[in-house]
Amino acid sequence: MNEIPGDLKFLKSHEWARVEDNGSVTVGISDHAQGLLGDLVYVELPSVGDEVQAGNACAVVESVKAASDVYSPISGKVTAVNSALSDKPETINEDAYGEGWIFVVKPTNLAEESEELLDPDAYAELIESEEH
Amino acid sequence: MAQQTVLNATHRALGAKMVDFGGWDMPINYGSQIEEHHAVRAEAGMFDVSHMTIVDLHGARARDFLRHLLANSVDKLKVSGKALYSCMLNEQGGVIDDLIVYYLAEDFFRVVVNAATRDKDLPWIEQQAVNYGVKVSERKELAMIAVQGPQARAKVHALLTSATRAHAEQLGKFVACEGDGLFIARTGYTGEDGYEIIVPESRAVDFWNRLVAAGVKPAGLGARDTLRLEAGMNLYGQDMDESVTPWQAGLAWTVALDAGRDFIGRAALEKQKADGVASVMVGLVMDEKGVLRHGQRVVTAHGDGEVLSGTFSPTLGKAIAFARVPAAAGGEAQVDIRGKLVPVRVVKYPFVRNGRPAEGV
Repeated sequence: MNEIPGDLKFLKSHEWARVEDNGSVTVGISDHAQGLLGDLVYVELPSVGDEVQAGNACAVVESVKAASDVYSPISGKVTAVNSALSDKPETINEDAYGEGWIFVVKPTNLAEESEELLDPDAYAELIESEEH
Repeated sequence: MAQQTVLNATHRALGAKMVDFGGWDMPINYGSQIEEHHAVRAEAGMFDVSHMTIVDLHGARARDFLRHLLANSVDKLKVSGKALYSCMLNEQGGVIDDLIVYYLAEDFFRVVVNAATRDKDLPWIEQQAVNYGVKVSERKELAMIAVQGPQARAKVHALLTSATRAHAEQLGKFVACEGDGLFIARTGYTGEDGYEIIVPESRAVDFWNRLVAAGVKPAGLGARDTLRLEAGMNLYGQDMDESVTPWQAGLAWTVALDAGRDFIGRAALEKQKADGVASVMVGLVMDEKGVLRHGQRVVTAHGDGEVLSGTFSPTLGKAIAFARVPAAAGGEAQVDIRGKLVPVRVVKYPFVRNGRPAEGV
């Protein structure tokens, strides 16, 4: 299994969030999630300026097999989207925690909401338990 | 507990991602289903299809029985080994299953039916067979491997003894031969040339491993689905079932209304044909980004329809689908994707021919 970077926090629905040095939060889907979906062929991105709510769907990733909503781990305003994914959605398969990021939000309630997220160990346990 | 084919441990050792498919634990891919798809289009890939149900029919009146059971006419089968694709209908003309039947001798035919429909197919076949004194034997001890792609036949030939190879090399399309303990049929479900090979379970793992060593790439059910849809081939349960007739499932070409043959469902089919068929199956191509999926609503000028099989076509790089729409619809349509109406083109299928986009697609 791929190593989960220690600076990430997770939703049970397999999205990751990383707090950057400037206080914004980068969001993507986990390596485990991309493995479940298989080859990704389409990503529907939010728009810069959208207000997103923690736990609400704000993007869609589609593999050959299935479409899956992406829920935002954190509330805030979208400040950047990874538009390179439009032409190369498979980047998420190749590098889910790096080049495969999906969007960035400027958080409005980070301290409280990040308490609700899983740390890497808890997330690793979750996917372990889902597999059995 | 899901059933396993004899190759189950082999798939796992190759790193396959396994899923439940109609009660069977089967590989969906071995890493990337798109790479597996391209391997079959460009070179050679193989699929474990041992979950499919092989049924042998023995009896002096076997041909008469099949003339009654099937909507296509086994009278087209004149040379031993020749195969025929057909629907098996109920009295209402609804499709119980689609299958391939092989003519081996006047008192011996072999049919291969779907795995997910086995439990209804076998009682149906047995019930009909009683009147003809035909013995119905399921061949559970046989495995089946489909080797498909432009290089598939050559790679198989290299593994055969010279006598069997000579036989296989001369095999016409949709014909089978036997040799080396194998039943080698030049059939498939990908639109590519190749074989579907029936092999005793006791030898299946060894045969699979020899194919791997010969450079045939293992491919999962994911690639099998995108390949068959590109090739314009129906999937039972998704594109047709007992609620529709072959007229509504793009399968008119498989129905033989030959004189004097009273097959099950014929009266219903003739009536529906005379009354006019309200809905038909068409191909859709979406030029915008996204993926067409089973169950999506199709909006046409003549009313709504529904996406049957839908997927992303690796060969075309865009979404394709079968849809059932009002018979008058044509040309342009829209598909409701998460509440947004996206334009699609209504096209003739197959979508892909000889590894390339078909004309007009």
